[in-house]
Amino acid sequence: MKVLVCVKRVPDTGGGFKLTADGMHVDTTNLGFTVSPHEECAIEEAIRIVEKHGGSSTVLTLGPLAAQEQLREAIAKGINSAILLEAEDYESWDPAATAHAIAETVKPLGFDILLFGNESADTCNYQVGLRVAHLLDLPCVTGIKALEIHNGKAIAKREVKEGWEVYEVPLPAVFTVKEGINTPRHPSLRGIMSAKKVPIEQKKVTRPAPHLVRKGLKKPQEGRQLEILGQGLEAVPKVIEKLRELGAI
Amino acid sequence: MLAILETVKQALSEASLETLTAARDLAQKTNDSVTALLIGKGVQALAPTLKGIQTVLVAEDQKLDSYIPEAFAKIVLEAITRTSPKIVLAPGTECGNDLIARVSARLDVSAATNCTEFFVENGALKRVTRSNWGGSLLEEVEILSSPILLTLQPHAIPAQSADGPAPAIETLSVALSEKDFRVRVKELIPSEKKGISLTDAKVVIGGGRGMGSAEAFKMLEELASLLNNAAVGATRVATNNNWRPHSDQIGQTGAQIAPDLYIACGISGAIQHMVGCKNSKKILAINKDPEAPIFQRADYGVIGDLHQIVPALIAELK
Ligand SMILES: Cc1cc2nc3c(=O)[nH]c(=O)nc-3n(C[C@H](O)[C@H](O)[C@H](O)COP(=O)(O)OP(=O)(O)OC[C@H]3O[C@@H](n4cnc5c(N)ncnc54)[C@H](O)[C@@H]3O)c2cc1C
Ligand SMILES: Nc1ncnc2c1ncn2[C@@H]1O[C@H](COP(=O)(O)O)[C@@H](O)[C@H]1O
Repeated sequence: MKVLVCVKRVPDTGGGFKLTADGMHVDTTNLGFTVSPHEECAIEEAIRIVEKHGGSSTVLTLGPLAAQEQLREAIAKGINSAILLEAEDYESWDPAATAHAIAETVKPLGFDILLFGNESADTCNYQVGLRVAHLLDLPCVTGIKALEIHNGKAIAKREVKEGWEVYEVPLPAVFTVKEGINTPRHPSLRGIMSAKKVPIEQKKVTRPAPHLVRKGLKKPQEGRQLEILGQGLEAVPKVIEKLRELGAI
Repeated sequence: MLAILETVKQALSEASLETLTAARDLAQKTNDSVTALLIGKGVQALAPTLKGIQTVLVAEDQKLDSYIPEAFAKIVLEAITRTSPKIVLAPGTECGNDLIARVSARLDVSAATNCTEFFVENGALKRVTRSNWGGSLLEEVEILSSPILLTLQPHAIPAQSADGPAPAIETLSVALSEKDFRVRVKELIPSEKKGISLTDAKVVIGGGRGMGSAEAFKMLEELASLLNNAAVGATRVATNNNWRPHSDQIGQTGAQIAPDLYIACGISGAIQHMVGCKNSKKILAINKDPEAPIFQRADYGVIGDLHQIVPALIAELK
């Protein structure tokens, strides 16, 4: 089984966003970088498929040279090889452009299973996985939270309000993954050390003319007025009063 | 323009009504007319009920008894060929975003998903605002594609009803092949979950890293049982530690909730968590750190150790 997983480098924002002075980017001066939780789960799923069925797994990103960090993190967890499509301007690539570059690179490599996040953490386009599937003429199930492989077929499940939708598609196929499909492992110390030595296949890519051009970022309104009900146990009667006032009891 | 409507059990979803509202507004500002597209088994009867628009295209097919992605995409492409719209708008729901992605891949243009605002200049749609980071940041985007493919962020524009003459109703019949059905639901396994779901609960009690263990969540369960219509949720830290199943996670990559009251216990208030509960009417935070960001995003705050406060609340309610 040859498995591909695609990830996107994004800032690891926690308590709040700070924007750059021109309002075009998230200010990453004091931030680390990560990938979406959906993609972390896609990495874990790729490793588990290879552990169970044999074969090899590859992680791919289109991003800056610094995105080697995300590729090596995936390798440290157990992914076998990595491809970097190098584009320092990756933030200005729209989903069509990104999908074309990925599809062109992976087409000759003959993957059986191609995993993507359901949506990227930052731009949330909900498109790249489906677009790559279309360019390779492969079936694609989006937003899956369970995957099993039997005799060249994949059984994928999506969680909906009423329960679980079950899909069955022949391989090769593309899946976009949601967090919850598994609980990702942490890399071992040995994994981290050996990941440093794995060579990363690198190639520069150039952005085609975009259809979507960012003009700026802004924060939505957050309008809540805090009322402190108290410190420690002295707050309990006030909390009970509020619960009553709000109809919770 | 073309408005793609989504139906649930042969009724229009709330997101579809919002899409229809946005489409009418956009058409008026761009001097355009609206064609609505209904796809599926038993949707014909809905067509005459759509007011304030010019045309309804109905793709009624016994075989389309649920969302069948590639078949639906083929039908939308046919509708685009027939009506040559400048703008195509669909609801930004799971199915709506899946469908628009498949259509935009086939047309080889990028779609702007989960839009919250539209900017018209000289009678033409030029820019939109769309959700980034699950809605915790907004991105203004210029759109250079033709046609323009969009989805509408649910709840961004409230649905409004419209009056007017009944629309012209036309049939759209599209020949579907076996390949169009290669991705489809084979089976639906009903949910085993009991009790009130996170999205239906009136009160949600969320637990974060401050809970410290899976056992500690039992006291949140107990507190929930003493409140009206309450359910327990969690942060990603709690689900990643296997204290709670992922289905309990609230946030960007979990559930989006909108209860009357959200009680956040031992939760720092990271934006990716808060974006999942920002539609709560009131937020009450219990946190021992007065500097925790959650206090900037809550209505009521209790500063203290949740392991003392929650048991005291339970004792008081009993
Ligand atoms: C792309 C992306 C998507 C994400 N999606 C989600 C998501 O869907 N949902 C989600 O939750 N997170 C999500 N995250 C993670 C998020 O950024 C935070 O890491 C996470 O929400 C933090 O969880 P927490 O508040 O439980 O933990 P912490 O941030 O560690 O906060 C723990 C808090 O508990 C308080 N505390 C500790 N002990 C006590 C005590 N005894 N009594 C009272 N208070 C106490 C502390 O003061 C602290 O404020 C996402 C991250 C990324 C990058
Ligand atoms: N620059 C990128 N490099 C590699 N994979 C990407 C990139 N952008 C998006 N993807 C993949 O496509 C998924 C969906 O992205 P999007 O269409 O932007 O929501 C992500 O979760 C990733 O798996």
